[in-house]
Amino acid sequence: MLEIRNLHARIAEDGTEIIRGLNLTVKAGEVAAIMGPNGSGKSTLSYVLSGRSDYEVTEGDILYNGESILELDPAERAAKGVFLAFQYPVEIPGVATMQFLKVAMNEQRKARGEDELTTPDFMRRVKEAAAKLQINTEMLKRPLNVGFSGGEKKRAEILQMALLEPKLCVLDETDSGLDIDALKIVADGVNALRSPDRAVVVITHYQRLLDYIVPDTVHVLYKGQVIKSGDKTLAHELEANGYADIIGAAA
Amino acid sequence: MNMQTTSRLTAAETALIEAFNHQIGDLPGNGAVTALRDRLLDDLKKAGLPTRRIEAWHYTDLKNLLRTLPPQVGDAGSNALEPLVDGSAVLAVIQGHANQKAAADGLGVSAYSEHLLDGSAADGLDALGSDDAVGRINGSFVRDGYVVDVPADTELDAPFEIQFVHAGGQAHTRLPVTFGAGVKATVIERHLAVTGDAALVSHVSDIAVGEGAELTWIILQQQGADDTHLGQIHIDLGANARLRLFVINAGGKLVRQELHIKVTGEGADLTLRGINLLGAESHTDVTMVLGHDVPHTGSTEVIRNVVFDRAKGVFQGMIRVAPDAQKTDAKMACNTLLMSDDAEFSVKPELEIFADDVQCGHGATVTDIDANHLYYMMARGIPENKARAMLVNAFVAEIVEELEDEALVEALEGVISAWLEKHA
Repeated sequence: MLEIRNLHARIAEDGTEIIRGLNLTVKAGEVAAIMGPNGSGKSTLSYVLSGRSDYEVTEGDILYNGESILELDPAERAAKGVFLAFQYPVEIPGVATMQFLKVAMNEQRKARGEDELTTPDFMRRVKEAAAKLQINTEMLKRPLNVGFSGGEKKRAEILQMALLEPKLCVLDETDSGLDIDALKIVADGVNALRSPDRAVVVITHYQRLLDYIVPDTVHVLYKGQVIKSGDKTLAHELEANGYADIIGAAA
Repeated sequence: MNMQTTSRLTAAETALIEAFNHQIGDLPGNGAVTALRDRLLDDLKKAGLPTRRIEAWHYTDLKNLLRTLPPQVGDAGSNALEPLVDGSAVLAVIQGHANQKAAADGLGVSAYSEHLLDGSAADGLDALGSDDAVGRINGSFVRDGYVVDVPADTELDAPFEIQFVHAGGQAHTRLPVTFGAGVKATVIERHLAVTGDAALVSHVSDIAVGEGAELTWIILQQQGADDTHLGQIHIDLGANARLRLFVINAGGKLVRQELHIKVTGEGADLTLRGINLLGAESHTDVTMVLGHDVPHTGSTEVIRNVVFDRAKGVFQGMIRVAPDAQKTDAKMACNTLLMSDDAEFSVKPELEIFADDVQCGHGATVTDIDANHLYYMMARGIPENKARAMLVNAFVAEIVEELEDEALVEALEGVISAWLEKHA
């Protein structure tokens, strides 16, 4: 589903190279965890996947279902099924959450040549998905993410993911700032989306989240490259020993 | 008339004088009104239209911006339009003429032309000062409008709309409205064009808000793309009165909307909210002169501007606090979204404070669309154009939502999104 080949990417403004020859393959149905120390390029990878214009790809390719998506803007990638759950969801005053959800869902449907949702159908979907994530629908009448607590913002991200039904889900440190109860709710939300035709990339610092979202593969990112891949036991190894051994072995 | 005077008149100034000479004998008014008209026109003739050398017109050089006058057109036979909000009572002024004289909903309503004819309008007709070009033009040419008297303790459930319908040519109107003590009402002063023919419109609203009244007054200017709109509102705010004044500019080529507000009763409070949607090559100026004349009064002013293309906007906000107006609390903000490299907005806040125990502040921001907001929305599949439009809409819709009245908010948001769809 996702194939990243020898990817090099830099910050557009100052040319600093962050991703330096990254290779990664994630199959449909797979949950891949990406771990790594601060500054290894984890968040940059998520931004580059989503098509953020602050980053430039200088070499290599990102193939999604066999096609390069480098030339697509973020909206086009989203319509094709790429979703990024943000580490820091953006507050947008003046745009009601409900309106935002409806426009996003319908714009994606339009881009795929599907009919727009009727208002009752839309409302029903939102109510169902919100209930599963224990989100009060009153909250959805407020401007997008404005005044939401850290936990509410993360749950709102998963709500968007559930409603948009993407094929490739990238979760950027979705566990940060969550207490244990909120973490379980969020993890349940992600697990509910696991399916044979959907891939999930979980970017995290900590093993903790992976107790709830159990990965099929674990990849260690360091200085913009995947330096080691393994199964879920690799995450436990990292939790016990830190990154030093693996970084030392790779150097 | 000497040669020097004649030679420095522009085509527009000459046309104004000719139009006046042409209409003499036809403009309604008794002796006092006619004498006042003659004097105002004479002042206009001597001073000409104001240039940037006149401080109040520094950013709106009327002499240069108003080069010609639109040709007169006949009565287009327009009728009153559907009100902005369903269920509103409507008073219409069509092509400068009041088209109904009946009282509405227990309100005292009469045509302004009658007050010109019997001379009772003469008192309020003079210009505000030597730099008051709008007052001079309006006082010289005004033909009609309404005089409305809202008796004390009247409570209007639905908004009351006074619409000024234009179809090109010239129209000069006036609207004195007196709100008695304890009145609760929402009034929509709406100016709009029903044809693409260029119009020159001058309009003066003159409102007195009685003790303890709660009034929402909305000026909605939707003139045509070639129209000149010279508007003025004079407000006297009585003791413990609450006024929410919304000024929305969503049309016109050359627009000057002046707000002359006097807070004259203790405990009075003013909320001013402005939205300027500017596009093409238009020039729009909102100029406020606000006087806090007595102790214990408050005001907040928030102006939001969205400027596209080569449009230019101006906000001049003057707050004067009189020497004995202690405990005045006044805060003014002007926020602008510049949507193109050629768009311009000039902001001139002025505070003249003669009392020593007051809270007064002002701030201004100029920004582009927030790139983070745009990226986030696009990452959810909303195409760039649509995302931009939603963000611009959000920037001004925030202001409209303060009105709380759902039907009114929805109607105004409709006006805003229709404008943005056409211009963005």
